[in-house]
Amino acid sequence: MSIEAPERPGRVEDLYPSEQEYIGHLGRRLRKAAVFRLFCLAMLSIAVLALATLLYTIINDSFGLVAIVNENDPEGIVAGLGHDPEEVGLENLEYDELVGLLEGTVSSGVGRRLERDQRFYEDRLVFESDATWAEICTSDAPPSGCTLGPRGQSDILALVFERVVVPDVIATYELIPSLFSPEVFEEEVAAAFEAGRFPDHTPDQAAIEWRSWFNPTFLTTPQNSTPEIAGIRTAIIGSAWLVVITLLFAVPVGVGAAIYLVEYAKPSRLNDFIQTNINNLAGVPSIIYGMLGLAIFVRVLEPFTSGAIFTDGVPPSDNGRTVIAAGLTLGLLTLPVVIISAQEALKSVPNSLRHAGLALGATRWQTVRSQILPVALPGILTGTILAVARAVGETAPLILVGAASFITTDPTGPFSKFTALPIQIFQWTSFPQQEFRHIAAAASLALLLLLLTLNAAAVILRNRYSRRAE
Amino acid sequence: MTNETSTESRLNEMIEEPMTSAQENQAEPEITVVRPPGVIETKNMYVFYGDFMAVADVSLNFGKNEISALIGPSGCGKSTVLRSLNRMNDLVASARTEGEVHYHGENIYAEGVDPVEVRRTIGMVFQKPNPFPKSIFDNIAWGAKINGFRGNKSETEGLVQEALEGAALWDEVKDKLAESGYSLSGGQQQRLCIARAIATKPDVILMDEPCSALDPIATLRIEELMLELKENYSIIIVTHNMQQAARVSDRTAFFNVKLNDTGMRTGRLVEYSPTDQLFTSPTEKDTEDYITGRFG
Repeated sequence: MSIEAPERPGRVEDLYPSEQEYIGHLGRRLRKAAVFRLFCLAMLSIAVLALATLLYTIINDSFGLVAIVNENDPEGIVAGLGHDPEEVGLENLEYDELVGLLEGTVSSGVGRRLERDQRFYEDRLVFESDATWAEICTSDAPPSGCTLGPRGQSDILALVFERVVVPDVIATYELIPSLFSPEVFEEEVAAAFEAGRFPDHTPDQAAIEWRSWFNPTFLTTPQNSTPEIAGIRTAIIGSAWLVVITLLFAVPVGVGAAIYLVEYAKPSRLNDFIQTNINNLAGVPSIIYGMLGLAIFVRVLEPFTSGAIFTDGVPPSDNGRTVIAAGLTLGLLTLPVVIISAQEALKSVPNSLRHAGLALGATRWQTVRSQILPVALPGILTGTILAVARAVGETAPLILVGAASFITTDPTGPFSKFTALPIQIFQWTSFPQQEFRHIAAAASLALLLLLLTLNAAAVILRNRYSRRAE
Repeated sequence: MTNETSTESRLNEMIEEPMTSAQENQAEPEITVVRPPGVIETKNMYVFYGDFMAVADVSLNFGKNEISALIGPSGCGKSTVLRSLNRMNDLVASARTEGEVHYHGENIYAEGVDPVEVRRTIGMVFQKPNPFPKSIFDNIAWGAKINGFRGNKSETEGLVQEALEGAALWDEVKDKLAESGYSLSGGQQQRLCIARAIATKPDVILMDEPCSALDPIATLRIEELMLELKENYSIIIVTHNMQQAARVSDRTAFFNVKLNDTGMRTGRLVEYSPTDQLFTSPTEKDTEDYITGRFG
């Protein structure tokens, strides 16, 4: 059995280039290589430029000069309560004092509405009479104030700003022009006054100051229809709940499925079919998952997702548009990616370790549990966290499963109504006022920071576990 | 003894004969009963990978407290035979074993026998050292623990020391038991794997070319160790190194690849004799060609 040698095309030596030809050829090759290198560099620059523009837009809108007019000066209010405005700000006031301010300013109708949304004290009513309260709470559709606990300090402070101080940002400016040409902004504001655009105010009432739209108050205040005092606490807590539920669903299910596929399943047509479908599911648009979530979790499983089956009386939520429905939807969305990354991590564990374990008389599970999983864990964690980080930024499925577009109460459990950061951003960007654009940018910054935190967690976990495994 | 030799030459004659089908061979009379029953005995064992017949009709009798070597050219199925002895071949999805493998008279391929149970008493050391990415201590204690070793901390320490002493590694690692198994040299890692195997109190240790990844000095140490282990364990070793087989083994089985009618390259047992005899006066021409280096 000898392989026949291919026919020789004459003298092979003649086919080599002469030294001179070689030099010329080499020059062409090197030029091509240089052009290709430049091409790749250009592509990299485009990518970096795109990312830089994104960051620029967000940061440019998140900070800048504003012209503010307060209906009631906070210093005056504090002084009116007998405090030194030099030392005490509104935020230092007692809860009772803040309620007092509110009681003295808002109309009784507004006050009653606020109280029905959420009461001020556990043990007494401020705006409503006990009799009416008892009556509305026993009616068919009791307001949320009947079941919720009393308002908190930050909540009441936001109300005081909204209802008592009533700050009005009359003009805003972006970060870069604010840094380089603040005088233009001042001129614009002055010109606007002269043109009579703010008939209720005089120019000397307008304070031009720096404002970071992204600030601690913004992060800790609930949503509000007035952009100056609106915050994203509700959305942050909502997103945090979503992360937790998504992880709780996607990690056990995804890792379990991956272990079965890698460690137990024998190659068969059915398994190939399952594998192909998992790969395809990873590419299904998120809005389709939203439709699935709406059909299954919100509608079919409503008794579960509204929490009705866990209580005898009033369900925690009157329909299935709750944190758990959204979390499970995002969990489903994340699941294929978790399975695939866990499979990759498990497959990268050398077979010799499996053989070593099994040859000692260990069962499959003992081998997987003690030898394979610890080695695969960093990879599984990294893939999972990145997948969840991706899901946290999803908007479309949340809109479909019915995240609330306006809600001021924090979600208190898996069966609460909720909103999430991307929903908040989406909603704010659809408003025409300048200020909403700024808080949308600030909320985007918060979302980016949340994602950065998750990614950092992935890196830290990976480093820690891979060190331990060595 | 004469009886035994004559039986074996009969066996060899049988193998010489062209084989047409598995059925025909299975119909042949049993021929391996002359030696006292060993720890492991294969009876007309065939191993297939899918449709491919990897080894055909292997009947071998591995003696207690002996070192048996399996030698032969690449692809002759000697590793396949070895892995069939503790059902490690089950891990290859397409693998199928026919015939019987008896361990102390019981067929380990019988229905109802779990491979997990088989592998505890028939341990294995692999070609490439494969310690767990854990401490030296845990490498050894784990196998015993998962098999139900109930010892407390000091008893486990005793077990680890005993296993490491058994593998002639104790003196080198006694001060660094908490270090990773990966921190050891290749030869030490292989001895760690042997220690790990003996910690589960096996009866037989299978070794699949245990020295092929090691330098000559480490190889020598493993060989010395094997001779010591022989006192307590039965060892079956696959080796590419004929000198190694000649140095350590009591009996040697020579496998060769034969093309059958359909062009399939199937491994067959050619000769199984006491090592001295196989290397000095082989009965088969193939064996002689191989050990004198004419092929393989």
